[in-house]
Order: sequence, then structure tokens, then C-alpha cells
Amino acid sequence: MQPTHSSRRILLPVKNWFIALSFCLALLLNLIPFGNLPGVPDWVALVLTFWCLHQPLKVGMTTGFIFGLVMDVVNASVMGQHALAYVFLAFAAAGLSRRVLWFPLMQQALHVLLLLLGAQLIMVFARMSSGAQFPGFAWFFSSVTATLLWYPLTYLLLAPQFRPEEKDVHRPI
Amino acid sequence: MSVTGHAPPPFFKRGPAPLVRLFFFVLVSIVLLVADLRFHTLEWARLTIATIMWPLQRAAWLPIHVVDDIGYYFIRQSELQAENTALRQERIEATRLLLRQRHLEDESQRLRALLDMRMHQPVNGQIAEIIYAARDAFSRRVIIDKGLQQGIQAGQAVVDERGVIGQVIRSFPLTAEVSLLTDKQQAIPIQVQRNGLRSVLSGTGSGRLELRFLSNNTDVQVGDILVTSGLDGVYLAGLPVAKVSRIDRDNAYAFARIFCDPIAGIEHHGLVLILELRTPLPIPGNEVLMPEKSQRGNKEKR
Repeated sequence: MQPTHSSRRILLPVKNWFIALSFCLALLLNLIPFGNLPGVPDWVALVLTFWCLHQPLKVGMTTGFIFGLVMDVVNASVMGQHALAYVFLAFAAAGLSRRVLWFPLMQQALHVLLLLLGAQLIMVFARMSSGAQFPGFAWFFSSVTATLLWYPLTYLLLAPQFRPEEKDVHRPI
Repeated sequence: MSVTGHAPPPFFKRGPAPLVRLFFFVLVSIVLLVADLRFHTLEWARLTIATIMWPLQRAAWLPIHVVDDIGYYFIRQSELQAENTALRQERIEATRLLLRQRHLEDESQRLRALLDMRMHQPVNGQIAEIIYAARDAFSRRVIIDKGLQQGIQAGQAVVDERGVIGQVIRSFPLTAEVSLLTDKQQAIPIQVQRNGLRSVLSGTGSGRLELRFLSNNTDVQVGDILVTSGLDGVYLAGLPVAKVSRIDRDNAYAFARIFCDPIAGIEHHGLVLILELRTPLPIPGNEVLMPEKSQRGNKEKR
């Protein structure tokens, strides 16, 4: 029973309020002040990637842009930095969504790692072109931790869509 | 395409193509980046979003506060007593110095009045606490727990008990952002305490400070104390800033590389003092004050 396209299990339609709730929780987790501790994942980016892969029609670049602006303010970074990165992230994730979900979860996670690293590279480019300091390679470690969370996160966010398993011999699926 | 296939595929109502949308949003983001970095015109938007996000932000601090409180609860009584005694001793010593300083200040005012010089401004300040370090990895900033409601404005200098920490660069209703001296875009005018040599100290972004563009034969030695020169109209004169830690004099270059370590506990968290904004002295022969320039007051390099 895997939440991939190759799984034979059919999911219930997603509820909009659950998407909104997951974003709010991710934002709350991002607001916890860890300072510059390396390896703290960017939860909003991770949840955005998840919904862009699973629901590309509902969550896309607009959501990414709005949450990017919010992240810019609460992170005390330059306006537009996260917005730019998240818009690219949402675009790439939506573009890959048809392909990625056919892979098993571990290989999905590798795709997600590349997406998140790409978003971080865009942020580095946007800030360093304006003369900011290089944050150090430990900063990129947060993408790796986020990737490790892909497996539990998938089950957590897909849990409301699972149907109770009922064996019906007269129904093919 | 919907995975479950419950809704009919909405072929005709999908809005502009993804590439068009990407182009639009990237354009808006870049405009925002330039507007914020170059022209600083987005402070109102930042203020609005920050105010809306305040309750959520407050909620996110709760776990940290709880952990802190539990930590305090388990501090041993003896430790508290020892700390209390040490603090009392420190206070008595500080009082002695303060009394003497009051006397000296009065004397200095009188002498200056005699000499018809400009009065030194009295220093007032507000105590604030550093709540946390901002998460932005590209700069060195901390958030303090006083803001617009307490009258904190951008440009005010922030010190701790040992020396200068940085400068308030942005004020929200209940919090304010302080740019630390070690930030790469922060600079502070200083003079060497030993010989009065004036220069500008800038952050390197790696926890150290650097004195730039001083020639190889400049009279700066390892161990020199650098204090604020007060020429900028932001920082008061004579506040300790940094100590010279290493000097590389290479004849291949025109300038010496002079590295300094900050004196104040810049990377520590605790209580800080926010000094009041200074009203700059009028420039002789140009009696019109220039309030705009001093209000912004940032010594950042644009």
C-alpha cells in the first residue's frame, strides 16, 4: 500500500481546509526561533512541494508566491527572496508531478531533494548578487533533513484521504 | 490532472499557461527584490504582514518559553544565591563608578560651558531583551522585544554592558530588528583609543570585523581598543567597539588587512540597552538642519 500512482489504492478527494491547515502548521513550525542552527528544515517549502506534486491543480505558483512573501517578512530577509524561490519550486514541482508520483517514496524523496536544493540555490543567487554574505555550506543541510522527512510527511498528509479497507469480492478494486 | 478523477477534467478553465504565470511571478519577485534592496520602499508592506503574522509568531515562541521556564524551575537554590551575591557586589561597584561619573559629567558640562563648546548630550536608553536571532542565513540580525509602541525607531544604537552591539534597522509594533556589527553590510565609524586615528570598521559576516583601506604603515597595533568616534551622529563618542586581533601587512598590497574582534557579547543573547537617537550638530555655515538624513541614520553601505 503505497501512496504512489503505481499503488492500487484509490484515494479520497482532498479537502481544501486540510491543505490550508497543513500550510498554517508548516508556517508555525517555521516560526519557531531556531536561529541559525543548520539542518532545520524549511517546512513551508516542503509542504508546498508536497501539494504541488499531489494537487497541482489546487496548489501552485500563486500559493508559493504568497507564502514566500510571508516567509520573507517573518525571516527578516529581503522581500521577494523566498517568493522567487518558492515560485520556481512550485513551477518545477507541478511540472514534475505527473512523473514523480510513479516512483516509490525513496526515489520521490531524491527528486524532492533536488527541488529544494534548487530553491535554496535561487535564494543564494538572489542575495549574493546584492552583496550579502555566503551562508556557508551547512545551510544547504536543511534540504537534506527536509528530504528525510518526505516519507513520514507523505503518510501524514495523505492520511485523511485513505479509505478504510473493505474487502468486497464483487468489486474489482 | 486530478489524481482521483472525481471532477471532470477542467480543460478550459485553467487560466494562463504555467510558463506565463512563472514569468509573471518571477517578474513581480524581482521587482520586489530591487525595490526592497535599492529603494527601501516596501517597509509599509512589511509592517502590515508582520502585524498580521504577530499572533502566529507569538504562538510559535510558546514551546521555547515553556522549555526556558522549566529550565529555570530546576536551577538549584545555591546557584541562585551565588548569582545574587555576585550581582549585588557588581551593583555596588557600578554605583561607585556611576556616582563618580555623574560628578565628572557635571564638571565636564560646566567646563564646556566655560569654553563655549557644544554640550555633550545626556544619554538615555531603554532596556530590551534579545528574543531570538533572525533565521535569515545571509545576514546577522537579532530581534528584540521592544518596538514602535515603546518608541523604538530605525537608526538607534544598541549596546550591552561591554560595548556596541549594532543598530536598530527596522521597527515593528512590538519588536524590532537589530543589525549586528558583524553583518557584512554594517559599518561603524571608530577611532583608535591609543592615538585617535579615525576610520570605519565594517563587518565581515563571519563573526569578525575588519578595518579596511588603511595603508601598510598605519599606526595600528594588535591589542588596540577601537571606540566610536561619534562623527556619524548616530553613535555616541567613546563607546568601546572592538579590539584589534590580527594584522597582515603584505607589501604586495597597498592596504593592511586588520582584523578585530568585537568587545561586546555580540553573539550572546541577553539584555541590551537601546540608546536614544542623537540630534546631530548643525554643520557650520549651513544652519538648515537635515532631519531626513539623520532619521534614517543607517550607516549601511547601499
